[in-house]
Amino acid sequence: MKADQTLDCTGTYCPIPIVKTAAKIKELKRGQVLEVLADDKGIKLDMPAWCRTTGHECLAIEEKDGEFRVYVKKTHD
Amino acid sequence: MVQAQCKEKLTMVVFSGDLDRALAAFIIATTAASMGMEVTMFFTFWGLNVIKKNEGSLKSQGWMLKMLNTMNRGGSKRLALSKFHMMGMGTWMMKKLMKEVNMPTIDELITMANEMGVKLVACTTTCGVMGVSEDSFRSEVTSLAGAAYFLGEANESKATLFI
Repeated sequence: MKADQTLDCTGTYCPIPIVKTAAKIKELKRGQVLEVLADDKGIKLDMPAWCRTTGHECLAIEEKDGEFRVYVKKTHD
Repeated sequence: MVQAQCKEKLTMVVFSGDLDRALAAFIIATTAASMGMEVTMFFTFWGLNVIKKNEGSLKSQGWMLKMLNTMNRGGSKRLALSKFHMMGMGTWMMKKLMKEVNMPTIDELITMANEMGVKLVACTTTCGVMGVSEDSFRSEVTSLAGAAYFLGEANESKATLFI
């Protein structure tokens, strides 16, 4: 999946990936996609929950060798 | 989408001065703030130790308060684990383990919370009882208030926690 920006959160646990995502998404324009790299399994449930609450869209979560690529679309400012 | 528009609130009572409980409280607080929630943390009793300054000594009047504030100095650097503190060795090891997995320290979490607009409120009643003056607190503490303030905030909150 194509992303406009990438945020590397590998090597960190909750709450860092979510906190960093919340800060990073502000830099994107509406409609752009942020790719978040993480290796904390919690991201699988945390990011969809964060998206549900904030209203942004969780497009996909790809898992490969214990690494996750999460795609979040910014839906509003 | 609808949810994103209205402000959600989380209010916490931090009663405990244990390092592990304080970490949990600040992890939840910073995550909630990331989710766009308005967060208030209300510190009372031993929880006041979490937000006391690390430097200097606490000024208190009377032998009982002097004794209490010597034994119960507080400050983020002096917090102990609720289990396996083992005269500091257990806490030291836990801090080391947390550092190894890049987990933020309690000080980093307090700074993060502050930057994200989390309100840190100290309970006036317990400050009075325990002889803790306003200048004993770190700069991140936003205000001092009583139970009515907490209840007012809690009443408007979707989630309320007692830690």
